Amino acid sequence: MSALLSVKGLEKTFGQVVAARDINVDVPQGQTVGIIGANGAGKTTFVNMITGHLAPSGGTIQFEGSDITGLPSRKIMRLGIARSFQVAQVFPTFSVFENLCAATAIARSGSSVVGAALSRFVSAETSADAETALDQFQMSPFRDALASTLPQGVRKLLDIAMATAGNPRVLLLDEPTSGISLEEKFGLMDVIMGALKARGTTILFVEHDMEIVQRFADRVLAFYDGTVIADGSPAVALGDERVREFITGTLIRSKDGSLNSSRASHA
Amino acid sequence: MTGLRILLGAVILGGLGAAAPFTPLWLISLVTLAMSTGLVVCGLIILWRGGLVPFGQALFFATGAYTVALSGRWFGLTDAFLLIGLAVIMAALVAFVVGFLLAQYREIFFAMLSLALSMILYGVLVKSETLGSTDGINVTQASFFGLKPRGPGYTFALFWLALGMVFTAWVGVSAYLGSVAGQLAGAIRDNEIRVEYLGISVTRLVHLKLTISAALAGAGGALAALSISHVDPQMAYWTTSGGFVFVTILAGAASVPAAFLGALLFEIVRTIAVALLPGGWQLILGSVLLLTILFVPEGLGSLMIRKRAAVTEKGAA
Repeated sequence: MSALLSVKGLEKTFGQVVAARDINVDVPQGQTVGIIGANGAGKTTFVNMITGHLAPSGGTIQFEGSDITGLPSRKIMRLGIARSFQVAQVFPTFSVFENLCAATAIARSGSSVVGAALSRFVSAETSADAETALDQFQMSPFRDALASTLPQGVRKLLDIAMATAGNPRVLLLDEPTSGISLEEKFGLMDVIMGALKARGTTILFVEHDMEIVQRFADRVLAFYDGTVIADGSPAVALGDERVREFITGTLIRSKDGSLNSSRASHA
Repeated sequence: MTGLRILLGAVILGGLGAAAPFTPLWLISLVTLAMSTGLVVCGLIILWRGGLVPFGQALFFATGAYTVALSGRWFGLTDAFLLIGLAVIMAALVAFVVGFLLAQYREIFFAMLSLALSMILYGVLVKSETLGSTDGINVTQASFFGLKPRGPGYTFALFWLALGMVFTAWVGVSAYLGSVAGQLAGAIRDNEIRVEYLGISVTRLVHLKLTISAALAGAGGALAALSISHVDPQMAYWTTSGGFVFVTILAGAASVPAAFLGALLFEIVRTIAVALLPGGWQLILGSVLLLTILFVPEGLGSLMIRKRAAVTEKGAA
């Protein structure tokens, strides 16, 4: 079976700095991939290249068998690859419901300017889609709150809910739990993963918290110095010698094989 | 927009039209001219909502006005509807072309670049003998589907034409503002990155807004040209653009009818100011602007609408 997303020999350089080198990854439909690595290891660069935010210096990215390397982000988005951001990107002067309406209305208008000029913003369909998203991401209590007033976690949820409005096949989440308190992280990830799994979305998420990675990822990509140094199931990747040395650092393995210290040293 | 509101608007405008023969001619001319400004401001509202303020909208206003004057002079066209149609098309065309450049810019850069483009047109108009130079061009009296009213009849005809244009613009702009593209204006102002990542091009949305606003400015310019029976380079000058921005601040972006009421108020204040202080009428106009910004920062339209029309309320209705 061919991969849904296939990355071959991906490179990115900024002048003298090599941000990504020779990245080769195939992601099959329905997989949940955790991306780990220290700051500056190339995780976000990788996400940015797939979503068209950055043009790769070399290599190819294929989605459903067609080449999407270097396409503008909105075209990639229209093909079915969406993303969320490390710092939640929402419309601060819109309410939560209006934010979702904007996202569903664009999706319904076919994401074209002409379509957007000819379709009504307020319609039964867009409202229904927005209500569904509100429900799935458990944001109903915040329905009419302005996005600028939301707690950090809800803002993250809103960002992700908006990214899913067009029913993307692949969703890339850049640090979905950054800025979220330790107690709330798991609850937030449960909501996100619950909503996305229900849609059958293929997920790639960047994460620093190894417990989260272990709990939610089917597969882990470990980045170091711009390339992938380990790729496999969480147990295999997190147990890798170099991953332990360069990324997870202080991890200690107990007898039953589970990780009992989760805070990665990623200062 | 509901059918009831359209009907109400039609009744109000129809009432104004019916009242025309019982109104002094100078007042009718003043209102017609105010409507031409209102049409331009209608277009500015579309840009304004997206956080874009052009200081050079006179570019499209003058394009519309000169299209009317030159069509008459060069091709002998006199039908008012045809002339206005041509003016709208020309202004939209100019906006479509310069839009490839302008739509890349935001904020002060958008404002100043649009100003620069309008001043280029001003320069061309002043320097070009064929375009009438500083004296401008007289506009021949228009006909209306073959009818050629003269004297007061012509003033009435233009007034009724203006009312028809106001009605069309009101219905059209309201429809646009209620569309996905129209509603995304606030989204563009808030967060362009998010709009792009929802799969739609912000540049193209801005380009569309600019083209629509220019079409309206062209219509306003055409009406002004017919109403004054003369065009001159002053129509492209930056103070003309400044006047449009002034009225937009006065009217606010909250409501389309406010654009026309704001324009009317502007014309009245200016007329009174010139009568009171012939040498210093700008002093009065400036004070009005100051008071508006201090006490009605959201413009007259905000007084007409209870509160920001929440999508949620409309959605639930």
